[in-house]
Amino acid sequence: MSSKQFKNPVANWVEKRLPVISPIHHTLFEHPFPRNLNFMWNFGSLAGLCLVIMIVTGIVLAMQYTPNTADAFGSVERIMRDVNSGWLLRYLHMNVASFFFIVVYIHMFRGLYYGSYKAPRELLWIIGVVILLLMMATGFLGYTLPWGQMSFWGATVITNLFSAIPGVGDAIVTWLWGGFSVDNPTLNRFFVLHFLLPFVILGVVILHILALHTSVSNNPLGIEIKGPQDTISFHPYFTIKDMLGVCVFLLLLCAFVFFMPNDMGHPDNYIPADPLVTPAHIVPEWYFLPFYAVLRSIPDKLMGVIAMFAAIGVLFILPWLDRSPVRSARFRPMFRVMFWAFLVICYILGTVGAQAPDNVYVFVVPYLFSFEVSSWMTVLTVGQITTALYFLFFLSLPILPLFEKTKPLPASISEAVLSKSEK
Amino acid sequence: MSKMNKTFKLVTAAFAAMVVSTSAAFAAGDLVKAPKQDWSFNGPFGVFDRASQQRGFQIFQEVCASCHSLEYIAFRNLTDIGFSADEAKAVAAEYQVPSEPNDEGEIVDRAAKPSDFWPSPYANAKEAAATNNGKAPPDLSLMAKARVGGADYIYGLLTGYEDHEGTPENLHYNKYFPGYYIAMAAPLSDGAVDYVDGTPNTVEQMAKDVSHFLMWAAEPKLEDRKSLGVRVMLFLLVLTFITFLAYRRVSKKVKGH
Ligand code: HEC
Ligand code: HEM
Repeated sequence: MSSKQFKNPVANWVEKRLPVISPIHHTLFEHPFPRNLNFMWNFGSLAGLCLVIMIVTGIVLAMQYTPNTADAFGSVERIMRDVNSGWLLRYLHMNVASFFFIVVYIHMFRGLYYGSYKAPRELLWIIGVVILLLMMATGFLGYTLPWGQMSFWGATVITNLFSAIPGVGDAIVTWLWGGFSVDNPTLNRFFVLHFLLPFVILGVVILHILALHTSVSNNPLGIEIKGPQDTISFHPYFTIKDMLGVCVFLLLLCAFVFFMPNDMGHPDNYIPADPLVTPAHIVPEWYFLPFYAVLRSIPDKLMGVIAMFAAIGVLFILPWLDRSPVRSARFRPMFRVMFWAFLVICYILGTVGAQAPDNVYVFVVPYLFSFEVSSWMTVLTVGQITTALYFLFFLSLPILPLFEKTKPLPASISEAVLSKSEK
Repeated sequence: MSKMNKTFKLVTAAFAAMVVSTSAAFAAGDLVKAPKQDWSFNGPFGVFDRASQQRGFQIFQEVCASCHSLEYIAFRNLTDIGFSADEAKAVAAEYQVPSEPNDEGEIVDRAAKPSDFWPSPYANAKEAAATNNGKAPPDLSLMAKARVGGADYIYGLLTGYEDHEGTPENLHYNKYFPGYYIAMAAPLSDGAVDYVDGTPNTVEQMAKDVSHFLMWAAEPKLEDRKSLGVRVMLFLLVLTFITFLAYRRVSKKVKGH
């Protein structure tokens, strides 16, 4: 590798002593990328951008934040009011956290639609699910830090879930709290872990990219690369495409950061934590809502917790549940319908998670409309039906190929691309 | 097999229909949402109205401050809403705060300085609750962000008092308060303060001014945020356009060969 020659003498000098230039050069100019990747393939690099923004803003915020129950809320207000550009840092950190989840959810649904989890990309997918779990842990820990009402009560509810474990549950919860309730020791360790986990994520993302480079990107047709006519280099094609994606992403992000920075948060978190006053309605951050809905749909606490973890855990075995040899949903008529139904189910679960269980269910699309579904449909019933459908989606995948007649696959990527551009 | 596909589509359609089959409107008795007001700070170009903020400050100082604290606002912050440094100093001097321990270790009251934060009217939350029918008046510095509806809610609350049969003793009926019965008696009445600028001192006007002031107290960087936001968005729009042109040029080459 290090025998490679570059035009730039500095690059040559470095490469002879440390082989870091050639992998970059390889990725940019030699690694084969399918020529038909669409904009759905932008979300991986966007997720990387989110991670970088989170780490940078997070480190600077941590220089001003105080992880102590008496001062945490006030220190955040000091950042908002007295620290130069502190409001910008905090609103960025808050809103990019939400956008990070939006981006990663789209990234995952993309993988689901185009069958990117199938051989040879099983490990790439599984590493992705590990990243998702780490992100969720980080998001949950971070939400505790401002020590508002939702911080405190969210932390109390979620840590309490572990008490469902038979026998040792209560001991585990006491151990997690570092005491007999969510208190100063809890806040301190949550801060330490919230600082640590993003770097763990960074490490796992590097494994993710390594696995990607080994198995090469999937593509919208879901067929293998047959030769150089099917591929293009990263630069300039995907550098410019990723940059366009970044621009559009930043436009949307900035619309929130500058003009509606608190819309994705909960107003109760601007009330300082009070262990004596329980909020009328404890809700986690929006990106946990579908899983929260699964948890609450099952009356038994332990079973509910198991179902909630199973809702994510099932993704680990997805590569082996789906037995169809065809990857892309474009050629799988039934899977395609099921995919969209599944997306709707996840959305409904999200709206269920946001509402009190015994209320009448209201279907909501933020900013657009909301309506009551039917006077006898409580949130709980809708949650139970959709939870069942959520798991049914995965359970039907092994038998689906028995019924599904897939469409013929194109002979190669280049052929499909050319016939399309001739039209 | 295409039959099977049709069945699938039917099931999905039926499911969608179930979701869409809307019945009655919201159940009766649901909380009325406070109507949206036309604030000068609304929208991407929004700014505070200095005169309204200053009148709102007057309401806060003369009415609300006897029960509510404003923890996160220091007297020096008043320069943000158009007071001079001397005026802020003069306002501070009207208040007494506990001093730093003197050489004998005693803490005595001293006149507040511009760097002091707004003093609480009560010694502690217990005293605050005991003097107000068991409910401590909450701090107002973040109120405009700590309730659904924000400034609209505060305006609604201050103008939403009604006589209502069956209201428990010591509580007051308010159509915008969750649970309806609030421990705060209607704090405003027509003519409660005298405005120096001749603005009519109706309940609506005073409610509007104090809500405006409280929005600033909750989000003092709102103007900086929006004006920076407009510039950032303009920059990004231009950048997106240029990047799009570059993208189009490059991608033409991909389809072609
Ligand atoms: C006589 C004391 C008193 C005065 C004066 C007073 N308040 Fe209150 N306020 C209270 C009490 C007590 C509560 C708590 C009510 C409850 O939770 O039932 C309260 C609560 C509130 C709330 C929170 C309501 C909620 O959603 O929880 C707001 C907003 C508020 N007051 C605004 C004001 C404003 C603005 C003024 C000045 C115009 C004012 N108050 C003057 C005693 C007072
Ligand atoms: C920090 C979060 C993540 C980062 C930074 C990240 C980054 C990336 C990048 C840069 C790519 C290549 C570009 C692309 O295909 O979009 C990629 C591909 C991929 N990622 Fe992720 N990812 C993250 C999370 C996840 C998660 C949570 C999953 C799924 C559980 C996942 C599954 C995949 C798969 C299957 C591919 C290959 C896609 C294909 O080739 O079709 N990733 N990721």
